[in-house]
Amino acid sequence: MGAVKTIARRTFLIGSAAVAGGAAFGAYKISQPFDNPLEANLENGEFALGDYILIDESGVTIITPKGEMGQGVQTTWAAMVAEELDISWEDVKIDHGPASKAYYNEAVLEEGLPISSLENSGAAKFMRKNIVPIVAKAMTMVTTGGSSSTADGYVKMRAAGATAREALKLAAAKQLGVKASTLKTHGGHVIASDGTKLSYGSLAENSAKVKLPKNIKLKPRSEWRLLGTSLPRLDMKEKVTGTAMFAPDIRLPGMKFATVKTNPHLGGKMNGYDAFKAEKVKGVEKIVPMDNGVIVIANNTWTAFKAADLISFDWAKSDYPDQMEEHYAVVNAAFDKDFDSRQLDNGNVEQAFSDADEIIEGEYRVPYLAHACMEPVNATALLKDGRLDLWAGNQAATDQQTIAMSLTGLTAENVHIHTQYMGGGFGRKSEVDFSEYAVRAAKALEGTPVHVMWSREEDMTHDFYRPIAMGRFKASAKGGKPYAFDMKVACPSIMDSGAKRGGPSIPGSDMTNAMTIWDQPYGIPNYRTSAYRTDPLLPIGAWRSVGGTQNAFFQESMIDELAHHAGLDPLEMRLDLMNNDVCKKVLESVAEMSGWGRKLPEDHAMGCAFALAFGVPTAEVVEIKQTADGIKIINAWATVDVGIPLDPRNIEAQVFGGLNYGLAAAMMGEISVEDGKIVQTNFHDYDSLRMYQAPNVEVKILDNGEHIRGIGEPGTPPAAPALGNAIFALTGQRLRELPFNKFVAFA
Amino acid sequence: MKLTVNGDTHDIDVDEDMPLLWALRDELNITGPKYGCGIAMCGACTVHIDGLAVRSCSVRAGDVEGEVTTIEGLGSPDAMHAVQEAWNENQVAQCGYCQPGQIMAAASLLTLNPEPTDEIIDQAMSANLCRCGTYPRIRAAVKSAAAKLGGA
Ligand code: FES
Ligand code: FES
Repeated sequence: MGAVKTIARRTFLIGSAAVAGGAAFGAYKISQPFDNPLEANLENGEFALGDYILIDESGVTIITPKGEMGQGVQTTWAAMVAEELDISWEDVKIDHGPASKAYYNEAVLEEGLPISSLENSGAAKFMRKNIVPIVAKAMTMVTTGGSSSTADGYVKMRAAGATAREALKLAAAKQLGVKASTLKTHGGHVIASDGTKLSYGSLAENSAKVKLPKNIKLKPRSEWRLLGTSLPRLDMKEKVTGTAMFAPDIRLPGMKFATVKTNPHLGGKMNGYDAFKAEKVKGVEKIVPMDNGVIVIANNTWTAFKAADLISFDWAKSDYPDQMEEHYAVVNAAFDKDFDSRQLDNGNVEQAFSDADEIIEGEYRVPYLAHACMEPVNATALLKDGRLDLWAGNQAATDQQTIAMSLTGLTAENVHIHTQYMGGGFGRKSEVDFSEYAVRAAKALEGTPVHVMWSREEDMTHDFYRPIAMGRFKASAKGGKPYAFDMKVACPSIMDSGAKRGGPSIPGSDMTNAMTIWDQPYGIPNYRTSAYRTDPLLPIGAWRSVGGTQNAFFQESMIDELAHHAGLDPLEMRLDLMNNDVCKKVLESVAEMSGWGRKLPEDHAMGCAFALAFGVPTAEVVEIKQTADGIKIINAWATVDVGIPLDPRNIEAQVFGGLNYGLAAAMMGEISVEDGKIVQTNFHDYDSLRMYQAPNVEVKILDNGEHIRGIGEPGTPPAAPALGNAIFALTGQRLRELPFNKFVAFA
Repeated sequence: MKLTVNGDTHDIDVDEDMPLLWALRDELNITGPKYGCGIAMCGACTVHIDGLAVRSCSVRAGDVEGEVTTIEGLGSPDAMHAVQEAWNENQVAQCGYCQPGQIMAAASLLTLNPEPTDEIIDQAMSANLCRCGTYPRIRAAVKSAAAKLGGA
């Protein structure tokens, strides 16, 4: 692991001279394959056909080692395999599979590259093809995030299906004494030219003896029967009947229920505690002190919650400022430092401003945000006879395994991660704190399974928040056209915060700070974007669409300001500026769908925004209405281009889900700090979008893009600016700070 | 204390003050109702008492007099209730964590009001949060469930 970390650090200097040496070394070392993770756990009569397919007499099970947090990834990954394997959708069975480094994720790294997702130069292609896989493998990023799963699985999962299909054909050929080339496959059977049908299950044992064929041609898109269609999700029936298993639903014999209470000054230690009253509560089993708080283990969750509330604590302070405005002051001061990255510097903005007649400028800011997954973070663990089992909904199974290994001293073979459905993830479940507490509880009560459920209050006040951020801009128009645009953003670094809690420390710029600003398709003649980085403040992490959440709000509100300044229609101006056809078509589509420019009733207005995030051009239009009770969002339209849409109905759900997530944050999302503690504790003061506020949404999916893209996140970034721009159109009030409900009422 | 849940009567020895949610989940291992907030703000824990939706996190187990129905009692994967069928057909769920509560709230609404207007649907369903933002499909599913139940 030590060696791997060093390699990862070295190779991560993508874009600088260090790449070549690091990558070459990495390529040599790392291209050795990992062991097949399925082989260690095969049951009697079960065989592994590659890393992703298990086969036994009853048929095939597809391994989908991706965290299912609602995005439908397991369905889409299974469809990729089933497409090539020629099994019917009704017969598809899936399993999450073990935590294994063989399931590393290449695509997630792409977004961190300093190459635009639109760029197709030789160098860009080289980096994507040669550097990303090596770094991903070196870092063994077994993550679900970054809207990366679709791209990550697109070739490898179809190839897994095709390989298994050919292996089954070879086995059948041997059994029937015919040539494999005379055989066909359909509906889970190998079919011979004389009509003989052999089920895959009957070939299980023999297929495992076949040498897996290599370099099989994948079916062309025109021959797909499953991919490209809207499939019923594999988890849907379970989820509508209450039978889907989330981590808190695991029940094991003798299980205990626990909760955790840790220092509200995040990162601070516990100086002392008094649990006299808590220990007396009937049903309390054990109170386990830790460096930063306690775990209360009881007979049931309610007793654990109740007892935890009776403990008094002496907390040490944390190292960030006590009050919210001081946090903003730190971010503000970052603008005076050197920039962390300046990815875009076209023309000469300074010169352009000195020539300009009139310059507009402004400053924006956004607060911290909690993920507030519907399911508070939690996990269950059992330590028994030198083996640890951990049940957790998580976005990074191998990270959970690593923390469990370091806490127990056990080796990977003895740490078994059972990834459950996540009741929402949004980035929160790529952390490991929930697993850590469950493992600590299991250690304190060896032989007994313990479920550690965080109260909503603990979850809300101990998140890894979306960072606070500020944006400044200066712009001018010339001859009725945008002429110069200089944009600066500042925020603490997610990578620094991650490194503080044991994540990889990666040298160079933090590209997450600059996401979704420098690579936007606007051909403004003088155009510069810079990102500034502050020292760590609150613990922060990836929040649906990462840097795109704040940066698209800044950028697209500023572009809107520029349009109004130049006296141009904001959507038309964007179209005029766009230097990329795929993006242009997306914006044109949303304009058409929403009837942009049509005459609206007096008390209605529309706002639009565009963002290229995670490689997906996304345009959104929001229509609002002034009512006696405040502003009501009535309609929203979104167009995305994902290159190759695999499951349109699921893509649609991700787009409107992402949009609603972004609207909720824009309207009312705010986490603030007072006396060093988080103010908001539950949904009464950190509310979210509710049914009466949710607009009718129409989504359009285009397929002009060259690369296949994932869609978990792109729906979110344009939501806030589209709403803000609509509010400006309605009221003439430019809102440069989130959440908007500080300034306007929503009905 | 006696609790009748999904047609079965259970005798459990718990504090009267224990919220119904935890009695169901931790004592009876009926895990369909979910914990989301514990303060009646999210609806993830919604169950029926005598057919009407309540937030089980905020009802004392000792106060329950009627029959409790949870999502498991509404229908099963092989025999879904009309509301669950509508949810399945409209492919509503994303992460799914809020959906048992959403479905129980919708079933209760349709019992009280078999032909709800859009406005009533919006109001009745607003006590249930969905962080995945599945609202457009919830709306559609409530309507198709109303049609199914009306047609039955
Ligand atoms: S858990 Fe009962 S309403 Fe949220
Ligand atoms: S489906 Fe995830 S919270 Fe509703």
